[in-house]
Amino acid sequence: MHRAFLARPARDTIIGVLILAVMLFPVYWMVNLSLQSSGSNLASSFFPTSIHLDGYRTALSDQSINLLTSVLVSLGSVALTLVVAIPASYALAQFRLRGVNAVLLILAVTQMIPGIVVANALYSAYNSLGILNNIVSLIFADASHSIPFAILLIRTSMQAIPMSVLEAARLDGAGRFKTLRSVAVPVARNGVITGALFAFLFTWSDFVFALTLTTTEAVRPITLGIYNYLGADQADWSAIMATSVLASIPAIALLIVAQRFIAAGASGGAVK
Amino acid sequence: MTNVSPDTMTETDHGAQGGPGRKKRARASVSRERRNAAAQWAFVVPALIYIALFFAYPVIKNLVMSFQDYTASSFYTGEAPLVGFSNYVTVLSGDQFFPTLRNSLVFTVGSIVGQFSLGLLAAVFFRRRFPLSTFLRSLLLLPWLLPVIVATALWRSLMDQDSGAINTVLNALGLIDTGIPWLSSPSIALLSVIIVNIWIGIPFNVAILYGGLQDIPDELYEAASLDGAGPWRSFRSITWPLLRPTVTVVMLLGVIYTLRSLDVVLGLTRGGPANSTQTLPTLSYFQSFQQFEFGQGAATSNILIVIAFVFALFYLRTSRRDITA
Repeated sequence: MHRAFLARPARDTIIGVLILAVMLFPVYWMVNLSLQSSGSNLASSFFPTSIHLDGYRTALSDQSINLLTSVLVSLGSVALTLVVAIPASYALAQFRLRGVNAVLLILAVTQMIPGIVVANALYSAYNSLGILNNIVSLIFADASHSIPFAILLIRTSMQAIPMSVLEAARLDGAGRFKTLRSVAVPVARNGVITGALFAFLFTWSDFVFALTLTTTEAVRPITLGIYNYLGADQADWSAIMATSVLASIPAIALLIVAQRFIAAGASGGAVK
Repeated sequence: MTNVSPDTMTETDHGAQGGPGRKKRARASVSRERRNAAAQWAFVVPALIYIALFFAYPVIKNLVMSFQDYTASSFYTGEAPLVGFSNYVTVLSGDQFFPTLRNSLVFTVGSIVGQFSLGLLAAVFFRRRFPLSTFLRSLLLLPWLLPVIVATALWRSLMDQDSGAINTVLNALGLIDTGIPWLSSPSIALLSVIIVNIWIGIPFNVAILYGGLQDIPDELYEAASLDGAGPWRSFRSITWPLLRPTVTVVMLLGVIYTLRSLDVVLGLTRGGPANSTQTLPTLSYFQSFQQFEFGQGAATSNILIVIAFVFALFYLRTSRRDITA
């Protein structure tokens, strides 16, 4: 049977490359346009025959501070997500608590709440507390994209830890917290890393809170920087595309260096 | 890993054996159990507090706001009088509501049908083993991992009427004489937004459906092919029935994520031209953050929540019946 289909794998690889070429053409085109000379012109050659860096120059002078804001907010959201999600996922996976199913149901229901609902209410609350345009309060709002997801995802890998391993640590005199820190987290590290990476990507991509919870230029994530570029009367496409390329770096970099984790997170957290 | 010697394993019980001590010990162990439960719940408490502050509170606050005359001046005066259902009446009787509801439904159904069918085709294809298949399948995730605003920026360049790549190619192929106004014509813009959202959503569908396909044992296909079943027959009698639980999940999540999505529309068209791509979340955004009618924005987004919940309950009920039947 295998012999009869000897040529098929090669043919399948070609089909697969073609599917990818179609799906990723817009991404290629983004890079191509970002290297064109500046201005509103979109007509361009298929390859960047002469490379211009004007777009990147404009992008960096306009958006450097916004990129830095996005980095800080994303890292903060990763930290907050892990601090909240790791103990919760451990308890929900390993402790025999009454009410685990209720908590899991609540986590599932949070996925159904539209971001605009949260934004509407948080804007009013943040406004009266005077914490609009504030990195820390933006971090707390953005973590809502990732905390329920990370709990469900990390819980799956915490469930895979054999009871005996944890009991051994407990009987050695380690408290629950120490057991979590020095045994459970290292054993379940793949889940923890995946949760952290997705917390970063979700926060980096956040738009609804960037749009509603910041009203000045003081704290402006890169997504809002691009949105404002798009709203300009005369679009400077090379600058827009250069900024888009810069804003795509985390996704592209993680897809290359952490492919295993990204693939696991894409199919893991949502289903379980 | 830690080493356990047998003598460390006896610290579980300190109490005396039998006699009158037994009752006391039982009580002590009940209270230890309670302390245990409290100490265990402490691990979940931060998450519960977070959910209370950033999900439960906003939902309740939003509900209350929808019954208030909550405008920009409420922030200065601190006053937002209760007005009963008047925000809902204003929203539902406005010219915009029903066209917006229709757009939301067309956008959701169109996006899901496209994402799901193309995603399923790709997932079935990638189930074959061929050189580079894992690598290519991972790269396919990229459109989903990019910030949606980036995706809208690059599709706006592709769909530009005068010099965008799509019209340039169609023109060069002789298929069109004048550029198609992808995002600037009220009759086409919603379709264009759906196309972009399909592109964004395909990777997510592939990832989850591929995971579901992996759980179907190869032996079933081998047995079917020995029985003379062709590819279509094995898809219908093996793949589809066994994939049903995964299909339920991917459809449910897809519909909920699409119904509530704000950035695709705002990035591509900002709801225009002439409100032709306005959806419930963008309408809510404009009411709250452009017209500063926070009460109306809250009412609109509550209607959105109700639609999502009704759909989820209805869908879960019918699909569970289908699966068990």
